[in-house]
Amino acid sequence: MSRPLRTVAMAIALLVAVALLLGALVAWLNVRGEEPVDTTPPRAATPEQIERGAYLARAGNCIGCHTARGGTPYAGGRAVPTPFGDVFASNLTPDPATGIGGWSDSQFWRALHHGRSRDGRLLYPAFPYPNYTRITRADAGAIHAYLRSLAPAHQPNRPHALRFPFDQQAALAVWRALYFRAAPFEPDAARPATWNRGAYLVEGLGHCNACHASRNVLGATSNPLDLAGGLIPVQNWYAPSLTSPWQAGVADWPAADIVALLKTGVAPRASVSGPMSEVVVGSTQHLNAGDLDAMAEYLRALPAGGATAPVDPDPPYKPGSVGAKLYEQHCAACHGEQGEGVRGAYPALARNRAVLLDTPANLVHVVLEGGFPPSTNGNPRPFGMPPFATVLNDNDVAALLTFLRASWGNQAPPVSAVEVGRFRSTSR
Amino acid sequence: MNVSRTRLAAVLCMVATGLLPAAVRGAPPPFENTMAQRMLACTGCHGAQGRAASDGYYPRIAGKPAQYLYNQLVSFRDGRRDYALMTNLLAPLDDAYLHVIAEHFASLEIPYPPPQPATTSVDTLSRGEQLVTRGDTALRVPACAACHGTGLMGVAPAIPALIGMPRDYLNAQLGAWRTGKRHAPGPDCMAQIAQRLAPEDISALSQWLAAQPVPPLAKPAAALPAPMPLECGGTGSPGAPR
Repeated sequence: MSRPLRTVAMAIALLVAVALLLGALVAWLNVRGEEPVDTTPPRAATPEQIERGAYLARAGNCIGCHTARGGTPYAGGRAVPTPFGDVFASNLTPDPATGIGGWSDSQFWRALHHGRSRDGRLLYPAFPYPNYTRITRADAGAIHAYLRSLAPAHQPNRPHALRFPFDQQAALAVWRALYFRAAPFEPDAARPATWNRGAYLVEGLGHCNACHASRNVLGATSNPLDLAGGLIPVQNWYAPSLTSPWQAGVADWPAADIVALLKTGVAPRASVSGPMSEVVVGSTQHLNAGDLDAMAEYLRALPAGGATAPVDPDPPYKPGSVGAKLYEQHCAACHGEQGEGVRGAYPALARNRAVLLDTPANLVHVVLEGGFPPSTNGNPRPFGMPPFATVLNDNDVAALLTFLRASWGNQAPPVSAVEVGRFRSTSR
Repeated sequence: MNVSRTRLAAVLCMVATGLLPAAVRGAPPPFENTMAQRMLACTGCHGAQGRAASDGYYPRIAGKPAQYLYNQLVSFRDGRRDYALMTNLLAPLDDAYLHVIAEHFASLEIPYPPPQPATTSVDTLSRGEQLVTRGDTALRVPACAACHGTGLMGVAPAIPALIGMPRDYLNAQLGAWRTGKRHAPGPDCMAQIAQRLAPEDISALSQWLAAQPVPPLAKPAAALPAPMPLECGGTGSPGAPR
């Protein structure tokens, strides 16, 4: 072999060796810490275990994704839209053929803690196992016991509709090697038990940061503690920062108001809308007082950070007369001449943090689609707002939002018709 | 003297309050903790008190049978009917509130608008009348009146009126059933019927229906004189699951 040929051969061998090593590293990172799976069928559950599992399944809002619109609860079929395609939630009822009837406790635990399915395939993190990995083994067992107690529904899972290469297990393995570590919840001994309970619920079962954090280009959040707010991909609702006093931080709220918001959907200074309504309906309204207090304690104690004050328009923006006229015509009857709202019915718009967010995403959704806060035991007959999608064009909505973001002491940047059009196209 | 001055003040007060709404015409009505106030979210499109919008599409909801309205609300929320604005609006509402909403609109007695003059030939209109009042045995289409009542004002609690509705709306709904866009709880009798009708038949019967005046104080019938010719889900017809 000539010398140059030998150099090329050695370079190729080196590259192959590096590729093999990287492959081995990715593979190792994907199975690290996993115990051999035990396929023994689960033992009969106690009624207490099932009841506890039902409650925990509420805390995790499993029903929210694992139920198609109008479909059998927990039988799956709902699409979770992602920038990489649709991931379809699976059938969690105990049907042996199409559900999880044949799963052992150990396999169920492995899915929650390690993000691996019964057959060993890696699960997509649209199923929030980067959060659920914090769930204790006992809690996972209780949730499994509850799901096994449901009536089996024969409903085959829909295959995911993901683009190449995101539909490949190898790509998912690389993603997991980069962004996922299985890790149990570690209580902070320096904090009270109630704070730790709140942390367990918010970071783990509640998977709050599946929405309330920004994601990188590969769809990963930085860590389960990040609650600094983010735009929910595809749906384009902005889940505000839970740490910023300018967004949805609650450090200066009375704990009772935080509990009220989670329990009833409305509180003196805010009401829930958009995807958060689903969370209140399917999950938080069912939680007991102790757990809601614990979540409130944890949320109040979050270190302030993340988003800053909205930037004052420079030069100061002068609201135009078109926006003012539209406000008078369509909004003032309920939200008041001075944006003061009606307590318990219509939110004030003056100095409302939800109006002042940098991104107008949520405002555009609300104006176009209208909406009700969720009906809950604490607020069974909410007041609603009509949709304006068929009444106002993009220029109208931009003028209106610009007006209310610059009136009654509000100081937030103007909204352009282009931005309205962008969010209108994702409104559905 | 004193007495008459007080009386004068009272009269002036009454006059003043009586005139007030006119003086500040355009000012919003005061907030009331009522269902009507809560339902402003609906009447924005469906017209004041749900009497139907002037654009000829959004249908009247006032005075329709409560169970019918409830079935439609659930169908929009759960995806059997496909209209994104309705689905988004209803998504966070539970069955109990949807019942209250249905009862609210069902209880309203509001005058109907004048009929829409027909814009088609006499032959087409008589074909429409035939389908509505007698049906078409060859097509296996029963008379509309067999289920919707001889007065076509619907039947309590779950069958809606067919007169007093905009023509565009009737066409759109029958078309949607025909193409599988709209669904009712099964067995979906309206889908079966719409699929047996040609587009010309749908147009003929909606022309005739929209041209019928609604008698004053007309209401849904209490019951049908004879059993329904088809099994229809959600109506309480024999054997139909709710």
